[in-house]
Amino acid sequence: MSSQAELDKVIRSEYEAGFTTLVESDTLPPGLSEDVIRFISAKKGEPEWLLEWRLEAYRKWREMPEPEWAHLHYPKVDYDAISYYSAPKSMEDRPKSLDEVDPELLDTYKKLGIPLHEQEMLAGVAVDAVFDSVSIGTTFKEKLGEAGVIFCSISEAVQEHPELVRKYLGSVVPKSDNFFAGLNSAVFTDGSFVYIPKGVRCPMELSTYFRINEANTGQFERTLIVADEGSYVSYLEGCTAPQRDENQLHAAVVELVALPGAEIKYSTVQNWYPGDENGKGGIYNFVTKRGVAHDNAKISWTQVETGSAITWKYPSVVLRGDNAVGEFYSVALTRHAQQADTGTKMIHLGKNTKSTIVSKGISAGKSSNAYRGLVRMGPRAENARNFTQCDSLLLGDRCGAHTFPYIESKHPSATVEHEATTSKVSDDQLFLCRQRGIDPEKAISMIVNGFCKEVFKELPMEFAVEAGKLLEVSLEGAVG
Amino acid sequence: MLEIRDLHAAVNGKAILKGLDLTVNPGEVHAIMGPNGSGKSTLANVLAGRDNYEITGGQAILDGHDLAELEPEERAQAGLFLAFQYPVEIPGVSNMEFLKAALEAVRKAQGKEEWDSVTLLRKAREACKQVNLDAQFLKRGVNEGFSGGEKKRNEIMQMLLMEPRLALLDETDSGLDIDALQTVARGVNSLRSPERGIVLVTHYQRLLDYIVPDHVHVLSDGRIIKSGGKELALELEQKGYGWLTGEEESA
Ligand SMILES: Nc1ncnc2c1ncn2[C@@H]1O[C@H](COP(=O)(O)OP(=O)(O)OP(=O)(O)O)[C@@H](O)[C@H]1O
Ligand SMILES: [Mg+2]
Repeated sequence: MSSQAELDKVIRSEYEAGFTTLVESDTLPPGLSEDVIRFISAKKGEPEWLLEWRLEAYRKWREMPEPEWAHLHYPKVDYDAISYYSAPKSMEDRPKSLDEVDPELLDTYKKLGIPLHEQEMLAGVAVDAVFDSVSIGTTFKEKLGEAGVIFCSISEAVQEHPELVRKYLGSVVPKSDNFFAGLNSAVFTDGSFVYIPKGVRCPMELSTYFRINEANTGQFERTLIVADEGSYVSYLEGCTAPQRDENQLHAAVVELVALPGAEIKYSTVQNWYPGDENGKGGIYNFVTKRGVAHDNAKISWTQVETGSAITWKYPSVVLRGDNAVGEFYSVALTRHAQQADTGTKMIHLGKNTKSTIVSKGISAGKSSNAYRGLVRMGPRAENARNFTQCDSLLLGDRCGAHTFPYIESKHPSATVEHEATTSKVSDDQLFLCRQRGIDPEKAISMIVNGFCKEVFKELPMEFAVEAGKLLEVSLEGAVG
Repeated sequence: MLEIRDLHAAVNGKAILKGLDLTVNPGEVHAIMGPNGSGKSTLANVLAGRDNYEITGGQAILDGHDLAELEPEERAQAGLFLAFQYPVEIPGVSNMEFLKAALEAVRKAQGKEEWDSVTLLRKAREACKQVNLDAQFLKRGVNEGFSGGEKKRNEIMQMLLMEPRLALLDETDSGLDIDALQTVARGVNSLRSPERGIVLVTHYQRLLDYIVPDHVHVLSDGRIIKSGGKELALELEQKGYGWLTGEEESA
């Protein structure tokens, strides 16, 4: 399969860490304590201030109750049973070839049309020839460098750009913001960092995909994106192939800072393992995503969620400056026994701020899909406007959709509009498709795709196509 | 090509077709007329395989395929096309996307060459033109917000592209203005060919002025009670159905 030329490009992954080893072992026994946090921080060679920051987060977290209000049911997570640090898997521990990987996963990759070498990478196969993406990665770094864009792992940023990290880390999601964010602040291991300088339009879409070979960022990922005045960046999180992941609990934090006149577009396609028909296995995804938009800035979240056993996620925008704009476009598909409780918060603080929410929930099987949205108009939010549209589509009659809009308005001139619909894929629609020769699975996926159109058109082109394909694959067997 | 013998069918358990016989040979155009509720749409739906429309006796054979044994999409792939009396909307799915999926499935099953997107677009534009629909309709959601007449023309546009072996048109003429009626009739006539059968369900002689049928049948209470040539339609226009069904003609 791999030609000699490709093998010439062999790069051995080296996991010699850029820090001094203080403790012998590379994987911690389960459990969380201040010592564990000191260990993580030391392992990563972090400065004193960051260790203090983590410890403070930990102390506050211990006082916090775990939220119970989400429309979700799951067995309690035992936080003392988790190991909070394990060194990236060595090559020897990984599957040696695709033969050792779950065939069902491979089947899905195939349906998504993912090239073989990418399949290996996604499945975590120990490939030491790192194919094309190395060269892509390099040209890409050069191009970003010319524009002055910083795009690196957050650990690297702590070392190379401490002033930026220190200024903005926790500025959007304070370390004691909520239970999961608190836990993340205490123990986060890695994630991405982006800085776009003043007036710069980032010359390409930034994607975690390019960093996937460093993907062992664990279950407590931390992302920080800072767009300086008048700059623009589009960031794509995740990639559309289902990821193999042994971690049960994910508690990530994403912080976006859009300084005056800046624009950040953040797109996610998430499809972690959702668990089987009976709800066994799968990822618990508890994420805190929030952005602050200053004067005339714009933050736009677009997400397509098909994975995870449990999703608890409310990407939010704080419209701090005057004329700031916040957008949230979401498609959440649940099937089998999946549960999703997602939505957004738009906090209008500045004058003439404007937010748009379009949420599309699709439920199949015996899954449950809830939208929870908060729109708050602060006392200074003169002429602030929100428009919310919340549509649910049910496939079959064993699933459920719920909508929980919360509106708080402290300014009389603010306007809030809310529209909600629930529909089913009708027998008539299905029959029309089948009468034209289209098989029912394809028909359902086409109808569902149509239902999601308003959201898909917000995604970057290739992503939209893949998201469509992904829905198709996810819906297989959802008919009947 | 279509051979219906002593067909009995029930909708949600209620018997509607009660021993219907009909033979359509290649190249023929048949018109089916009959009072409201007599079972015309039921016949079309039974042939196309709609859920809850169950064949309880007899047979319908299309080119050697026993239709009862085929899924609806397989019947379509075998060349059966139904232009609906009430075409349904599919929001967000563009007409073009829909046509592409349909044509891919049907042409593949029929062993015809696949049309690339350029060819498809060209053919689709031509078909639109033929039924007097602006090409913009290809970009809109399937029937989404279309007027009644536009929906009907959209069905004919699809039919032109699908090149069916057997076309069933359920009251395609209802709700059309006079110009649209002629446009649709021209479209249907352009499909008339020695390889193709066409079955028109209609209430009005008017359509049959433009699409002249080879045979006219009267369906009443689930059975064909009279068949004749094109002149039968004229007679029905004058006399109504009462003289055939044995009921009093309503004033
Ligand atoms: N889903 C259903 N459940 C119960 N009865 C039904 C159903 N669909 C049709 N019917 C009945 O079957 C009979 C035949 O209906 P059908 O629609 O075939 O009539 P039609 O000849 O097409 O009438 P029209 O000229 O009004 O279109 C009617 O009495 C109708 O009420
Ligand atoms: Mg009818």
